[in-house]
Amino acid sequence: MSASDHRNDGTLERVLGPTGFEVTCEQCFELLDQYVDLELNGADADAHLPGLRAHLEGCPACREDHDSLRALVVSDGS
Amino acid sequence: MAPPRRRRAHGRPRGEGYPRRVSDPAVTPRPAPPGAEPDSEWWLTVLRADGLEREEAVARLHELMLKAARFELSRRRAALSHVRGEELDDIATQAANDALMAVLSKLDDFRGASRFTTWAYKFALLEAGVKLRRRAWQEREVVLEPDAWTDFAERGGGVQAELESSELLGELKTAIDSALTPHQRRVFVALALNEVPIDVLSERLDTTRGALYKTLHDARKKLRAELAESGLVEPNSDESGRSG
Repeated sequence: MSASDHRNDGTLERVLGPTGFEVTCEQCFELLDQYVDLELNGADADAHLPGLRAHLEGCPACREDHDSLRALVVSDGS
Repeated sequence: MAPPRRRRAHGRPRGEGYPRRVSDPAVTPRPAPPGAEPDSEWWLTVLRADGLEREEAVARLHELMLKAARFELSRRRAALSHVRGEELDDIATQAANDALMAVLSKLDDFRGASRFTTWAYKFALLEAGVKLRRRAWQEREVVLEPDAWTDFAERGGGVQAELESSELLGELKTAIDSALTPHQRRVFVALALNEVPIDVLSERLDTTRGALYKTLHDARKKLRAELAESGLVEPNSDESGRSG
């Protein structure tokens, strides 16, 4: 298998996490409500709060917290 | 003061259905932070009031916390099918109680960057999520030896099977053995390969989610740098970045 084949492996990239800047778990929790409201208001949440999306990709627990908060806020409005 | 009927701001006309500010001269609440939405101002006002008004607001907030905790429980029920419903209800109630205390103690931290309810919900979801993850893993063994990689490789499983199929397992094992400290190896194998929930591991190691994620982040950077030299993965793009 060539190096280029390996580079396409999504599992390894997922195991190794994001390559760039990401916020901490504490910062993620601090900003999570703002991020979700921005998302649901159609704003560019990633531009407003850089590094948070990358953290959500690398931290399953924070990602679950995000997904739950977003789903709960959406359900409130349904 | 009865709470007004709440309307979601997303995609709806603003102003209609939002609460009024408390105007009772007997109540001298602190002003709401600039930029806060009306419903957020209402919450801050009544939660900072005195007497019956505050008691009613706290009770209403507890209802919201309980609703959020039960919402989280409903999302995780499949993974908790072995746990009695009564115990799960108790966990949700405890999470709501803890979240209520957290919100009340952090009211001054609310800056109005989101709606108050979104801000408050996250405390209940965090409390419930942590408690339910830990309960789901209560009877499960977590191998924490630095050399647990060997067990992992022999046992097989999701991530391991996926990596083996692309013949990367050996490359990763070499990098883990050569680049990581024993603690980094222990944390990386548990979190990234064995997919132990970080809140479960933090409890077993008596540490915090943030501290563990910092260790995981540092381990990942080392491994990525090692594997990128062989052209196996993209290199780190932010050498000065931090995590936590």
